[in-house]
Amino acid sequence: MATTVVSASGLGKHYQLGERRHRPLTKRSVARVLGRSSHEPPGSSFWALRDVSFEVQEGEVVGIIGRNGAGKSTLLKVLSRITHPTEGRAEIRGRVGSLLEVGTGFHPELTGRENIALNGAILGMRSSELQRKFDEIVEFAEIGPFIDTPVKRYSSGMYVRLAFAVAAHLEPEVLLVDEVLSVGDIAFQRKCLGKIEEVAHQQRTVLFVSHQIDSIQQLCQRVLLLRSGQTQAFGPTQDVIAAYLSDVATSADGDFDLWDHPTRAVHHTPVIRRLRLQTDDGSMTTRYAPYDAMVAEILVEPPHTLREPIIGIGIADHFGRRIFTVASFFEPEGLEPIKGLSRIRCRIPELRLGSGRYLVSVSVQDRYHGELDGLENVAEFEVIWQNSYGTGEPYRPVFGPILSRSRWERLDP
Amino acid sequence: MDGSWQRRFVLEGTSELNTSKMAKRARAAELRLGLDASSADAADVRSTTVIEPPRGWDFFPLREVWAYRELMYFLAWRDVKLRYKQTALGVVWVALQPIALAAMFTIVFSRFLSAPSAGLPYPAFVLAGLVPWQFFAAALGRSSLSLVANEHLLTKIYFPRIMIPLASVLTASIDMLFTLAVLGAVLIYYGIGLPTVALFLPLLVALLLGAAMGIGLLLSALNVRYRDIQAIVPFLTQIWLFATPIAYAATLVPADWRWLYDLNPMVGIVDGFRWAITGGAFPSSLFSSAAVITVLVIVSIVYFRRAERQFADVV
Repeated sequence: MATTVVSASGLGKHYQLGERRHRPLTKRSVARVLGRSSHEPPGSSFWALRDVSFEVQEGEVVGIIGRNGAGKSTLLKVLSRITHPTEGRAEIRGRVGSLLEVGTGFHPELTGRENIALNGAILGMRSSELQRKFDEIVEFAEIGPFIDTPVKRYSSGMYVRLAFAVAAHLEPEVLLVDEVLSVGDIAFQRKCLGKIEEVAHQQRTVLFVSHQIDSIQQLCQRVLLLRSGQTQAFGPTQDVIAAYLSDVATSADGDFDLWDHPTRAVHHTPVIRRLRLQTDDGSMTTRYAPYDAMVAEILVEPPHTLREPIIGIGIADHFGRRIFTVASFFEPEGLEPIKGLSRIRCRIPELRLGSGRYLVSVSVQDRYHGELDGLENVAEFEVIWQNSYGTGEPYRPVFGPILSRSRWERLDP
Repeated sequence: MDGSWQRRFVLEGTSELNTSKMAKRARAAELRLGLDASSADAADVRSTTVIEPPRGWDFFPLREVWAYRELMYFLAWRDVKLRYKQTALGVVWVALQPIALAAMFTIVFSRFLSAPSAGLPYPAFVLAGLVPWQFFAAALGRSSLSLVANEHLLTKIYFPRIMIPLASVLTASIDMLFTLAVLGAVLIYYGIGLPTVALFLPLLVALLLGAAMGIGLLLSALNVRYRDIQAIVPFLTQIWLFATPIAYAATLVPADWRWLYDLNPMVGIVDGFRWAITGGAFPSSLFSSAAVITVLVIVSIVYFRRAERQFADVV
């Protein structure tokens, strides 16, 4: 029988912004003494979270997604009691562990061993518990002989591994995780995801904020989508992700401003300014026929010259599953160096996609510097079936998203 | 303090401390708090955390502070440890400070100004005042800055916020162990035997802890909102030093002013320390100090609990 472990009803968090809070005392008293009423504009205020209600069952992994500023982190902060809600109520059964940042309380002057002890205490581990798991933590972090070196001498990878290792060995019944997996290298990220899966298998409950749709898809049974502090959807992962992706990627005319896109990873510098989806005649569109050519124009502004640029475009279905990728380095002629603000044009001669909605990802890399900027699933277009077999036969999703011409003949036996 | 000693303190020392009695007590506390996940019928024992908008007044979160006591030790341990990283003399500095100050005071006040010293050799007299005073000043300085300095903890993790300034007071009291040893050595040097009233010393130390905690909590919470506190504390401590009978005896204060002077909680404590060392007449200032400290502790805890609701948003 499923037990409700986390239940929130009508949670809201209100913030006062602006001058009011920071106004020096003297200014107020001077105004009072002079008999002037302080007629400054009232500090703007907003609801970072409003009327959020949901229930999570024991052993469930629930993802929380939404654009930046949608209230995801505020929700986790309220649930982990770092800040109080302004209204509403939430109940959590069992020991709560929260991991809002990797390495909270790590001090550069202290050694790895000392930081494990300190960080463990900060995360609420008892020292007996920590002692029991010490070797396991060191092994997970793969720092071996550096355990007695001050962490200020660690590489950033080692630092992150150690920090995550401590947190991963917490054994709370409810674990709240905020976007911590975006740090570290791919291998380590995979290891972390594995750890979270393992936690979930032990009948523990995880609430998990992430921008990475793949991780959400991999880990979560249900997803909560927040928008401007309110619940926009809460349900099975596939449905909610589809709603979210089409929400962040819609454009009326095929012109997508990506300069401060909400889903850009924190460690990326914005290089991609705009993406324009066009037809062969240069007009912008978000609708294609299955065998149309697609022309994508990407406006980029790299911080330095890209001597061997690699620009890629990925096409995914509306659940975010990649269908195919085209990239400049797949083509023998490649792409000439990019210097300053540039317009990059990519033509895909035939889309060959079945009818439905699709999402475009863009990545800008340089052979020497790796990925500079990348945006996943940021532009949506639609493929509309127009008797594309030429036989009047309709397209059916069960046929799969890829179309191909084929030729049939009967041969003698 | 070499590294290995501290390592043992961190990872093994705790188990040494965990005598079966303590472990049993801790376990009982865990069960009371419902923190134990491993017990067979965990589902029934499991505590429920209720998250609601705060209202009303709170007092000291005794149960939570107990549950998080290890965090306080670790924060204090971190501060002690960090302070002496890459120093040549390490913890010797703690003992050197009162000795240097006492020497200076002896030259200026005893040699040049011939201040009376209540029947004690002046160096012992001034040290008996400096030991509680230096603790008090250090606790004030540390705790007033503590919350702001640990901003990253306040905004990223939950624990009773009161642990942070309390850990600062604890750090300062670890230092006091060393200065008390210096005082002991000086008393032995002058051949001063302790009277029976010296048994009151632990009580006086408790009072002193109360004073430091009361003012420390207040200042730390205020500093989150008004960073002016950071500017005020150093010179507040200097003025306070002169308003406390450390270099001189309280008997020099005109009788008309005594009532005001005695409101300074440190007056009673310093008088008390000297009384506990020399015997003699019981200092009446201890009563007013105890009263002031009691009020202070209550007010500061209530204020702190009220203010802490905003810490994560304001800091």
